[in-house]
Amino acid sequence: MATDTAGYTLSELMVTAAAREIADGEVVFVGMRLPLLGFLLAKRTHAPDAVGVYELGIVRDSPAPEPILTMGDLPNLFRAKWLSDTSDVMGLLQNGTVDVSFIGGAQVDRFGNLNTSYIINSGKLATRLPGSGGACDLACLAKRHIIIMEHEKHRFVPKVDYITSPGYGNGAGWREKSGLPRGGPSAVITSRGIMKFDPVSKEMLLVSIHPSVTTRNILDNTGWPLKIADTLEKTPAPTEYELKVLRELDPEGYWTGS
Amino acid sequence: MAPASKLMSLPEAIKRYVPDGAEAVMGTSLETMIPFAAGHEIIRQRRKNLTLIGPISDILFDRLIGAGCVRKTRAAWIGNVITGSSYNFRRAAEEGTIETEDHSNLTISMALKAGAMGVPFMPTLTALGSDLYKTNQSLKKITCPFTGIILTAVSAINPDVAIIHVQRSDEYGNAHLWGNLGMTREACLASRHIIITAEEIVSPDIIESDPNRVVTPGFRVCAVVHAPWGAHPSPVPGYYNRDHDAFIEYRNESKTSEAFEKWLRLWVDNVKSSDDYLRLLGKERILKLELKKHMLSEPVDYGY
Repeated sequence: MATDTAGYTLSELMVTAAAREIADGEVVFVGMRLPLLGFLLAKRTHAPDAVGVYELGIVRDSPAPEPILTMGDLPNLFRAKWLSDTSDVMGLLQNGTVDVSFIGGAQVDRFGNLNTSYIINSGKLATRLPGSGGACDLACLAKRHIIIMEHEKHRFVPKVDYITSPGYGNGAGWREKSGLPRGGPSAVITSRGIMKFDPVSKEMLLVSIHPSVTTRNILDNTGWPLKIADTLEKTPAPTEYELKVLRELDPEGYWTGS
Repeated sequence: MAPASKLMSLPEAIKRYVPDGAEAVMGTSLETMIPFAAGHEIIRQRRKNLTLIGPISDILFDRLIGAGCVRKTRAAWIGNVITGSSYNFRRAAEEGTIETEDHSNLTISMALKAGAMGVPFMPTLTALGSDLYKTNQSLKKITCPFTGIILTAVSAINPDVAIIHVQRSDEYGNAHLWGNLGMTREACLASRHIIITAEEIVSPDIIESDPNRVVTPGFRVCAVVHAPWGAHPSPVPGYYNRDHDAFIEYRNESKTSEAFEKWLRLWVDNVKSSDDYLRLLGKERILKLELKKHMLSEPVDYGY
């Protein structure tokens, strides 16, 4: 996974790209694993006034005083702005206070629907995944959500086997018809590139490719003919400062090592 | 007349309040305060046909499933937070030996909230458009009688028993819980019985000095158990940190049924008391997990 010549790992690139999706001052519902680092990196770089909301019932506006592996680590509770009930922080999500949320996925489709529940093979259950956790809530209720995941053909499928976390369903108008109050995925950050969604059709569009990845390679690893934006960008590499901060946040490289 | 003490041993509490077939809610603070000691005692007593209710159940549900105690889960997520999938759950679900009801963190908290409030359901805007409806009969779409919008109605859950780990409790079940609370308060109110496991047993004076920190009215608690390190490997604010190594090691220790059987013998069946458990854990590991930095909050004035 490491790109030795580049001086950073693919995970570091993904976390950096995720962090850049957060604007300063935004209220961010922070998910487990890579998204946690993305939020902390944003706080330490361009978004010092972003506020973090965690499903355990935590609100904090400063990074934890020590590196953490997961949101329930005690440094993440230390001098928090609010410790409360899950239903309270879910209320912030449901009442429209949360600007952006982050979720990972096992399987995604062309309209950004996510599956973290059941992988079906020839009509039979092949893999039982852990399930929604808060992911369904984040996808339904945040003003926008960002998906972070590995980009492999078996993960990028035309239609997911099961919608754990709704994206745009089968296209334009679907979220509204389903009764969802707002939102939808705004970006998909993968191990190969960054996808966004066509504002009209709501179909996934390739907008940026990571250094040393080709467009061909991305298309070959996507299970449908992925549309490409008119202007295709190259994902900027993490800056030296971003890498320095990331390595302070994840000193053992548990999440971002090679 | 002084109320009767509810203090009892962990085996006694589980024997009385977690019979075969019981519906039990556990792990309600999500990643913190998971009642592992109580879960391990349920395994030692080889309970059968339990229904486990909870949000994310960071590996505790996996252990109970692997030990054959479980018939059904009503949960949002069953796995190992820092490593991903959990293997006993996967095996059981893929082989069809357990039934699963798929919730999100919000729907499970609303199910318990409805149970706590004594109403048949709670409305929410989550899960609309998702397939959770297909694998969860507790979710139905309804139309709001006031605005006409579509809502998800989440059917109430009233568990037979809530098993809650806290920092400190008096012997009557008045208990202090602090840190992130998850869905602990509604789980207690929704449940017919409540078992409290506590790091420390303290005098009622200490508890009454700070009523805002009481997790649930003590009169509804059935059993109080002194269980130091009773949430290990999950963290307990004010007492000990999360034992990441234990979660990472458990990944391999549960990868096959054979490996899990071995783990179960060593860490559950051979352990008869919290002293046994702490000996097995070892001084070095305990030292590593203990708090390095303390921060006491300012006392507040409840006077009149």
